[in-house]
Amino acid sequence: MKTTLSVPMIAGCLIASVAGAEDRPVLTVYTYDSFVSDWGPGPKVEAAFEATCGCDLKFVAPGDGAAVLARVLLEGQSTEADVVLGLDTNLTSRALASGLFAPHAAGDVAYDLPVEWRDDTFVPFDWGWFAFVYDKTKTDTVPADFEALAASSLKIVIEDPRSSTPGLGLLYWIKAAYGDRAEGIWSGLADNIVTVTPGWSEAYGLFLNGEADMVLSYTTSPAYHLIAESDDSKAAAPFSEGHYLQVEVAAKLKGTDQPALADAFLAFVTSEAFQSVIPETNWMYPAVTPAGGLPKGFETLIRPEKSLLFSADEAVNLRDAALAEWQTALSR
Amino acid sequence: MADRAQPVSLGLRLLSGGAGAALLAFVLMPLIAVIAGAEGWPRLGPQDWAALRFTLSQAALSAGISVALGIPVARALARRRFPGRGLLVTLLGAPFLLPVIVAVNGLLAIFGRGGLVNDLLAAFGQDRVSVYGFGGVVLAHVFFNLPLSVRLLLQGWAAIPAERFRLAASLGFAPADVARHLEWPMLRALVPGLFATIFLICLTSFAVALTLGGGPRATTVELTIYQAFRFDFDLGRAAALGLVQLVLCAATALLAARLAVPSAFGAGLDRPVERWDSSGRLIRGTDAGLLGAASLFLLAPLAAVVAGGLPHLFDLPAPVWGAAVRSVQVAAVSTVLALGLALPIALAVSGRGGARWLEIAGMLPLATSALVAGTGFFLLLRGLAGPAALALPVTIGLNAMMALPFVLRAVIPSARDLQADYGRLADSLGMGGLARLRIVTLPRLRRPLGFAAGLTAALSMGDLGVIALFADEDHATLPMQLYRLMGAYRTEDAAGAALLLLLLSLGIFWLFDKGGRGDA
Repeated sequence: MKTTLSVPMIAGCLIASVAGAEDRPVLTVYTYDSFVSDWGPGPKVEAAFEATCGCDLKFVAPGDGAAVLARVLLEGQSTEADVVLGLDTNLTSRALASGLFAPHAAGDVAYDLPVEWRDDTFVPFDWGWFAFVYDKTKTDTVPADFEALAASSLKIVIEDPRSSTPGLGLLYWIKAAYGDRAEGIWSGLADNIVTVTPGWSEAYGLFLNGEADMVLSYTTSPAYHLIAESDDSKAAAPFSEGHYLQVEVAAKLKGTDQPALADAFLAFVTSEAFQSVIPETNWMYPAVTPAGGLPKGFETLIRPEKSLLFSADEAVNLRDAALAEWQTALSR
Repeated sequence: MADRAQPVSLGLRLLSGGAGAALLAFVLMPLIAVIAGAEGWPRLGPQDWAALRFTLSQAALSAGISVALGIPVARALARRRFPGRGLLVTLLGAPFLLPVIVAVNGLLAIFGRGGLVNDLLAAFGQDRVSVYGFGGVVLAHVFFNLPLSVRLLLQGWAAIPAERFRLAASLGFAPADVARHLEWPMLRALVPGLFATIFLICLTSFAVALTLGGGPRATTVELTIYQAFRFDFDLGRAAALGLVQLVLCAATALLAARLAVPSAFGAGLDRPVERWDSSGRLIRGTDAGLLGAASLFLLAPLAAVVAGGLPHLFDLPAPVWGAAVRSVQVAAVSTVLALGLALPIALAVSGRGGARWLEIAGMLPLATSALVAGTGFFLLLRGLAGPAALALPVTIGLNAMMALPFVLRAVIPSARDLQADYGRLADSLGMGGLARLRIVTLPRLRRPLGFAAGLTAALSMGDLGVIALFADEDHATLPMQLYRLMGAYRTEDAAGAALLLLLLSLGIFWLFDKGGRGDA
């Protein structure tokens, strides 16, 4: 459907939205851009929730996960958001400290996460392991850990921790695996790093264009190529140190004017209707595995035995020092 | 009064003053809003100063190379006539119009690790060379800005009346004499502003510097602003860095305005230029070589974008087409707005006792951080309406303002010549107001205005910076959809969307520019 902005159409939209506002309450959800895109989970999630809630679910997407939090912090008490969807555990501590978020009423859910999850405020909706993805037809010697990667002549492209959540994830991954030796690992990796991109999209694009042998992405990335493109050439390299986790969460705002709807949405987030959309739109693991299991193709993915994850507080406390190490090591 | 031009008329003064005030408000208000939202004023640390040093040095070098290469290329274009010249002029302008990510992909297809150049090197048994680092940042900035440099300089050459070349020929001028008496004065008038413009464009570079910079050494001020907003949630630091950028910009613009010397060629009869001085075989050979090299450098990456996107162009998903329509609409309205603001400013600046402050104010948007402006406007306007309702109006306004420096750069030199050559005649005829605009101003400025309109429209098509802060699911523009496709692993569709964006930007630019050039 082509959208042309004509006067009758604008008028029509205005009338429709006014009419909609009259009989249906609006639930405003702030989330990251790729969630609401036509190829992300947004459209299906919206349709499924609106089918039952008798409301109008409205997504607002100011950028990536960090931008979503920045927007909420900027707006403070007066934010229009009822729910925020798409922060990860590296951002939740800062979010909690703002005092803008309220405890959820979701109760105990049996999550299928590789780690124990207990949190009064944040409801996980999907998760993934960070991993280096490579092309099996081009790379035959795959490093088994960071030290082997640093010793190899493989070229990698990574994301900048200052502007990208996977980039920050890698920072924590190496910190969690190596502690005080992290700076040395970064120094060793320096000559493997082709470049550092602002975000995941640029990095993955460079990798697909042949600029690097490996890219920092997720263990689930090969599933996209396999399922959507019938291309089994991509794989994630299992690292013996374990893989750092990204857990994406949703939470309710204290100042919401739709507390009941917000609670209903947070309950919906872990339900079958939401969770079954995640694997093949967000290309992450659902927080609660749907009854039908994961889509065919996910069984081919590596499943790291060891998962690494700092608690939200640890993540905040370590952040500046880890970033300084990264900057020093890569600036030499 | 006979030897002096009329002072700028009251009506024009009001109009230009209003446009200038809008401009200053656009630059300063968001910054003030961000400062007001901050908790305390920060100290800038050693890393900020390192970022500033990197930013300044790469910007100076990029601008220097873009101008230095632009002069011989523009000269060669100016004195050669050949079939397809008009098309080449348009195509050579394309890299400047491209959204960053599209251009970077094209550039890497040629110069990257897996690019054509390295494949050739490898085929001849040479080591692959890495483009990433300081050199890569400069390479990319030259790729982006050489087109701007060539186009603006080409306008300078076109503004030298044919009669001067005729006179030069009858005096038996050699190319060196033409250079000294005709080209050098033109360059002195044009180059300072051109250098300053490109320098400032490179100053606010973010994605290019980061992607090609190879790591945190290539940290620009714009990236530290991004970091302050998104990573540290520190509005004060973001505002302080934004202010540093603005001060640098104002200083650069001031310096450029002082260094520029008006060329004073006098009026001509708009005869086609015939270049008797450059028909020698050696000169022809050099020009052909130069044009060939520049075309190869600028067009090979474009060819890579076309080759990558063509197989996927026609089965692009529907939302991409919808976004394309929206982008064209945004571009059209932004263009009208930008020209409406720029024309009174340009006329006022070029009039007697020309308002210098306006010329400097006109450069400020160049150094405005998109993130500071977007966040500032968000803070200012959010009481008035929801972000979704603001998305398109704010994007249009910001696009128009962001394009204003380029429009002014294109129009002011011609407006000055117009004032010098026809100002007194028009005054003595008592011609003013709309009649003067219709009979003298618009026809004389048609060429730069057409070019400027094309530039604004194309830049606005490719803009991503601002709309991303406001847009919701229903207001995505084409560049946003392109990013969303990339973010959803759909690289092939993204390549198709990139080509669509390239075609639309170039097409809309060509349309306006052609309208301005008439047939020349």
